[in-house]
Amino acid sequence: MNYALLSALLLLLPLASFVVLGIWGRSIFRKASGIIGTAVLGTIAALSVYIACQYFLVDGQLNGTYQPIIALQTEWLKFGYKELSIDIGILLDPISVMMLVVITVVSLMVHIFSLGYMKDEERYSTYFAFLSLFTFSMLGLVISVNIFQIYMFWELVGVSSYLLIGFFFTKPSAVAASKKAFIVTRFADLGFLIGILILGIQTGTLDFSTIIDRLSNPQSEAFISMTSAGFLGLSTLTWALILVFMGGAGKSAMFPLHIWLPDAMEGPTPVSALIHAATMVVAGVYLVARLFPVFHLDEIAMSVVAWVGATSALFAAIIATTQTDIKRVLAYSTMSQIGYMMFSLGVSGYGGEAGLGFTASMFHLFTHAFFKSLLFLGAGAVIHYVHSNDMTDMGGLRKHMPVTHATFLLACLAIAGVPPLSGFFSKEEILLAAYEGNKAIYFIALFTAGLTAFYMFRLYFMIFWQKEKHYDPHHGEGPMSMKLPLIVLSLLTIVTGFIPFAQYVSSNGKGFDTHLHLMFSIAPVAMVIIGIGVAYVLYQKANDKPTNLANAMGGLYKAAYRKFYIDELYLFITHKIIFRFIGKPAAWTDKNIVDGTVNTVASATDDVSFMIKGWQSGKVQQYAMYFFAGALLLAFIFIYLWH
Amino acid sequence: MNLNWLIVLPVVSALAILPFSQLKQVRSIAAIGATLQLLLSCVLLYVFMQDPASGMSGSLAFESSYAWYKPLHIYHSVGVDGISIAMIMLTAIVVLAGVLISWNMEKMSREFFFLLMLLSAGAYGYFISTDVFTMFFFLELAVVPKFLLIGIWGSGKKEYSATKLVLMLMGASALVFIGLSGLYFNNASGNLSFNMSELAANPLSVEQQKFFFPFAFIGFGVFTALFPFHTWVPDGHSSAPTAASMFLAGISMKLGGYGILRVATTIMPEAAHYYSPYIIVLSAIAILYGSFATMMQTDLKYINAYSSVSHTGFVLFGIGMLTKTAIAGAVIQMVSHGLMTALFFAVIGMVYERTHTRMVDKMGGLLKTIPFISTVFMIAGLTSLGLPGFSGFVAEMMVFIGSWENGGTLHRVATIAATASIVVTAVYILRAIGKVIMGPVEHEAYFEFKDARWNEKTAAIILVAAILVIGITPFLINHLITPGTEAIMNKLVANP
Repeated sequence: MNYALLSALLLLLPLASFVVLGIWGRSIFRKASGIIGTAVLGTIAALSVYIACQYFLVDGQLNGTYQPIIALQTEWLKFGYKELSIDIGILLDPISVMMLVVITVVSLMVHIFSLGYMKDEERYSTYFAFLSLFTFSMLGLVISVNIFQIYMFWELVGVSSYLLIGFFFTKPSAVAASKKAFIVTRFADLGFLIGILILGIQTGTLDFSTIIDRLSNPQSEAFISMTSAGFLGLSTLTWALILVFMGGAGKSAMFPLHIWLPDAMEGPTPVSALIHAATMVVAGVYLVARLFPVFHLDEIAMSVVAWVGATSALFAAIIATTQTDIKRVLAYSTMSQIGYMMFSLGVSGYGGEAGLGFTASMFHLFTHAFFKSLLFLGAGAVIHYVHSNDMTDMGGLRKHMPVTHATFLLACLAIAGVPPLSGFFSKEEILLAAYEGNKAIYFIALFTAGLTAFYMFRLYFMIFWQKEKHYDPHHGEGPMSMKLPLIVLSLLTIVTGFIPFAQYVSSNGKGFDTHLHLMFSIAPVAMVIIGIGVAYVLYQKANDKPTNLANAMGGLYKAAYRKFYIDELYLFITHKIIFRFIGKPAAWTDKNIVDGTVNTVASATDDVSFMIKGWQSGKVQQYAMYFFAGALLLAFIFIYLWH
Repeated sequence: MNLNWLIVLPVVSALAILPFSQLKQVRSIAAIGATLQLLLSCVLLYVFMQDPASGMSGSLAFESSYAWYKPLHIYHSVGVDGISIAMIMLTAIVVLAGVLISWNMEKMSREFFFLLMLLSAGAYGYFISTDVFTMFFFLELAVVPKFLLIGIWGSGKKEYSATKLVLMLMGASALVFIGLSGLYFNNASGNLSFNMSELAANPLSVEQQKFFFPFAFIGFGVFTALFPFHTWVPDGHSSAPTAASMFLAGISMKLGGYGILRVATTIMPEAAHYYSPYIIVLSAIAILYGSFATMMQTDLKYINAYSSVSHTGFVLFGIGMLTKTAIAGAVIQMVSHGLMTALFFAVIGMVYERTHTRMVDKMGGLLKTIPFISTVFMIAGLTSLGLPGFSGFVAEMMVFIGSWENGGTLHRVATIAATASIVVTAVYILRAIGKVIMGPVEHEAYFEFKDARWNEKTAAIILVAAILVIGITPFLINHLITPGTEAIMNKLVANP
């Protein structure tokens, strides 16, 4: 099959849509821009499903192993060192093909939803242009053949995210949030960049498959040179991988680089569903998975990945139990679920059943994309109806919004991990992998699963149950364009769990069987039931139990509510330390010392010339005196010093 | 093809302006002149790329030589390689954009456009010279008119800035001249000579190189805002009228980097190796210190001027690293920064013309009222912070990769310090974007603003297009300059 043409179209169509809508959207395609964007997405979603079917079912396998296919590769920029060059190309392998489907399907749903949701926006066409730009960049990211290509698209998704978070640019909070998102991830990307420099120069290539070839063999020259030398007690390879992971942790909002994600909720809600739930934020997980054959050889880097993931999972879940902004709760739950994916990679082995963690992580990425975007779109519908983000303004909405209610409930059950919904299967695999890989992380994950069920049902009960508030929506539940994506995503949430995922996606391309261990499932399901039960008791009807509980928890509740003061810590470091002790002194030095020297030289010259200008008075008598004085001096020198 | 057309054309258009006094006549002549310059440089590029013998071999193409003053062995010799052509293209684009931006320059319009044309003649002459004396002559030609441009048409403390700029650049020229004289008198051929290839073939002894290199390097370095001799940049740029700022930052600052490549490193390669650690340290300081100083600025022109200190730091940084990739990165950074900073100054001029302020705190919400100008503002900002797809990314990444090739501790530390600037750059750029074009609309009066006029639009589109060409298809410019950088690199490798 000709993958080159089809997958190139996959990239070029959204790019063309961005250019056309970006330039002529305001003038010519004002009304049609939504339809154009959605049509393009429909086409590429169909294309990627077709590519996925072809790849997984027809010609991806060779001797029972899925082979990477380089559909396209051209040299974009050649460096003058070894084989270093930035290539732009298309790499199809199980994880990239899986991502193509996730990105295009979710993006299509978000496009359809936005047709209704963003209908009255002044910058309607710009919005769709940005969505196209994002889709293009995200697709480019996952099909990268070259680590520098992924870095470029990495930056491009960052800027699309920046543009979309700041979409309501007249709101100061949106501007601040967009800036924060960009700068925090830029800081993380600094690590990524240095990691790339180390990997590139040490292995002599930037090509993914060559890097993996050269480093996945412990006898190879590059591997030996990178593990024998080191810095501060860690080998060069460990440094490189941890730095690359830093970039991934920034994009995936892992602790302590997560602070941008909750604020990113300032963007339009469909954007949060696409970028900050299903696609861009899992790029960090994808990056680690992409380099997994190298990562798994380095124990230190693997445990960093595992522990950062586990910490984030628990940390975010605790905060999520206290927040009242519906989108922020979802944002923290996203962070927590990505933590699951991350530690699942960190505890995984390589090859066959040992690589269960890898498969589980990708499986959870896949299922999570659908139910989390469903939750966000549902939240969008609710916000559209209530005109508020705050859960305390909501209640009793199940009667007003039956479709939203049913689909939201389904998604809550899925994320909590209730069988037989998709979240149950993927989370189960992760827990099993953690159980086999690292017991401590297993218990953290188990506890977090309970917390997840609790905060999701706290959210659910507070929105759809409790006492009805007075609403003034001027419209019904929402147009068909908003309901259809909810229904489609619900179906996907039910179906995707039954895919025999391990057959298709595994750490080394060889499929294997997974089994459901009933005995193993007892503990997690019990945790989930407890979580939902507690939420039911506390939040099904409005009462003062939650407040009492919060008061009883005292400082812990307050700290969680204030997100453990991480934001304040960052503000302190940036404003109080960097601005005050680096920025201001730099500006001051420049003005007073460096420039002061220049001005002093100038004024000294000026002063000296002022002092001596009297000597050129033009008076002949004076000149005659100088002449005689000089002659006299010379005469004295001549007479006394000559001898 | 006779390269002297590049000097004749701007001089003729400058002279053609003189008999007229009406703005409309003057600006049309200037626009025609600038367009012809751009066409001519495109023709030059085309002929150069087509001609495999002279073009892409690394030796100079289209060489010619006239005796200027034989007794002193001064010749007007010209010739180009890919690097010079890249700089010539940059000059032509910036000059055309500058003329378009000054479309409504009412004040003494004849003199203004005359000086602009004269400046461009100086720049072209400089980039095609292969005789260091005439090169020096054109360098001066590109400095003196700036005094008048800032002093007469400038704003703020313009007399101070104009004087400071010219004095510092003149001081720098004096240093350059000492360096050149050292080459002239001491080269190994035994003849007095200013000819570059002759000087390169008969280098000075290592001791002499070590003595004269700092003169040439610091002299040229001042033009490229070498720390701590950069303070003419912020004041000069901020006081200059828009077109002069564009020219100053876009082209004049590149004269230094080009001179260092052509004269300092090629003719004194051993000294370049010897002084490389110092260059690296100074330019790493300029990169980081410049970006931190930018973070504290509140005037848009100061922001761009200080960021120029940081960005041109990459030029010297790349040269100091003495690897092929880093030097190519330095050349691309010269072109990229020239285009980007010209675009930034152009758009700052457009904003200032409407809001009558350049203070970021006093503006807001321009994206709502003047979307075209604001979008250009955004593009200039994103280029500055090195977003892929724009030219800055290509240049910076080449410099980083080229720098990391050096395994020494100093090189590594300096490179990490330089990469850290990408975060600081993001901070100050996003701050400016967030305050100026985003946020609530600051005044009711902002809704009355007219978006860009045709001349402003054309200028912006030309510059953005050039930035995109480098950013999206960097292999083109890389292909163009590679023989030139390889020739420099061969010199450096042969004389460690």
